Amino acid sequence: MSPEPRLVEIRKNVLKQNDVVARALRTRFHAAGVFVVSLVSSPGSGKTAFLEKTLTLLRPRYRVAALVGDLATENDAARLARSLAPVKQIITGTLCHLEAAMVQRAVDEEGWDLGQLDFLFIENVGNLVCPSSYDLGEDLRVVLLSVTEGEDKPLKYPTIFNSADVAIITKSDLAEAVEFDSEATRRNIQAVRPGMRVFQLSAKTGEGVEEYLGFLAERLAESRTMAAV
Amino acid sequence: MHELSIAMSIVEMAQEEALQRGVQVNAVHLKLGALSGVVKEALLSSYEMACDDTPLRGSRLVIEDVPVVIFCPHCKVQRPLSSVQLFCCAECGTPTSEIVHGKELEVVALEIQ
Repeated sequence: MSPEPRLVEIRKNVLKQNDVVARALRTRFHAAGVFVVSLVSSPGSGKTAFLEKTLTLLRPRYRVAALVGDLATENDAARLARSLAPVKQIITGTLCHLEAAMVQRAVDEEGWDLGQLDFLFIENVGNLVCPSSYDLGEDLRVVLLSVTEGEDKPLKYPTIFNSADVAIITKSDLAEAVEFDSEATRRNIQAVRPGMRVFQLSAKTGEGVEEYLGFLAERLAESRTMAAV
Repeated sequence: MHELSIAMSIVEMAQEEALQRGVQVNAVHLKLGALSGVVKEALLSSYEMACDDTPLRGSRLVIEDVPVVIFCPHCKVQRPLSSVQLFCCAECGTPTSEIVHGKELEVVALEIQ
């Protein structure tokens, strides 16, 4: 006779495996003194153009590298390589997001000396849903939305905005043509993530980019001061 | 759609426990936060698929929804959030990003036999 059914408590985080790898990565990044920034957005909001601009402008001043995740093709890595920064493509196949283990593998495969880097950028797969659940060991998560996407995007995807630290409104050169309401967008961002820092910029014209780069430089200096204490 | 890989992790965890204890799993109890980034319906159907060809085939996934609870820095208490579109205290209206509950994605118990 089989025993009576009973309930046993176990309490285990389903994403524990990812979290463990992410924590180990974060410790490794901090020990090396590299500041890690990840980018999330929907497909087509301009992550790659923005990252290319960021790498190009930072490269004369800082040591930078980038990992870029896509379901298929190495097109983005080829575009980013124009910045002359070291770039590695991560092809996820059918997976709709990056996981900490993929970042770890990519960094190890490239054999980058993390101690020789100031900034490492990680461009996630274009997706505003799935990446929110996965910690990648980054110091800063940036969520992008372009002026062509609609002002209510933060209200539609509150989870990803909540998992991010900074919001960037991209393609501001198109704002007038699409009658973009910057105030409404900022209000919506603050509604789902009160106190979130917001930048508005154009990777094409360069408008507003320096302010964001200044912010990154501050954050890098802060994290190194903290590490030294 | 990352629910299938999450369902597979759940099945793997339950299977490990079952193997260790030498028991059969009838159901897996899961806490699912409103801000976990996981869709309940998609997870339920993915779970069935993930159970196929495993000893958990035919087992149930019992999901307990966890609503978002925030900490109000003004009232100094935890309160349920009225809407994920508006992160503020339901009593005094102070905006807050301090999330106490709502990100859970946790296997809490197994119904075994």
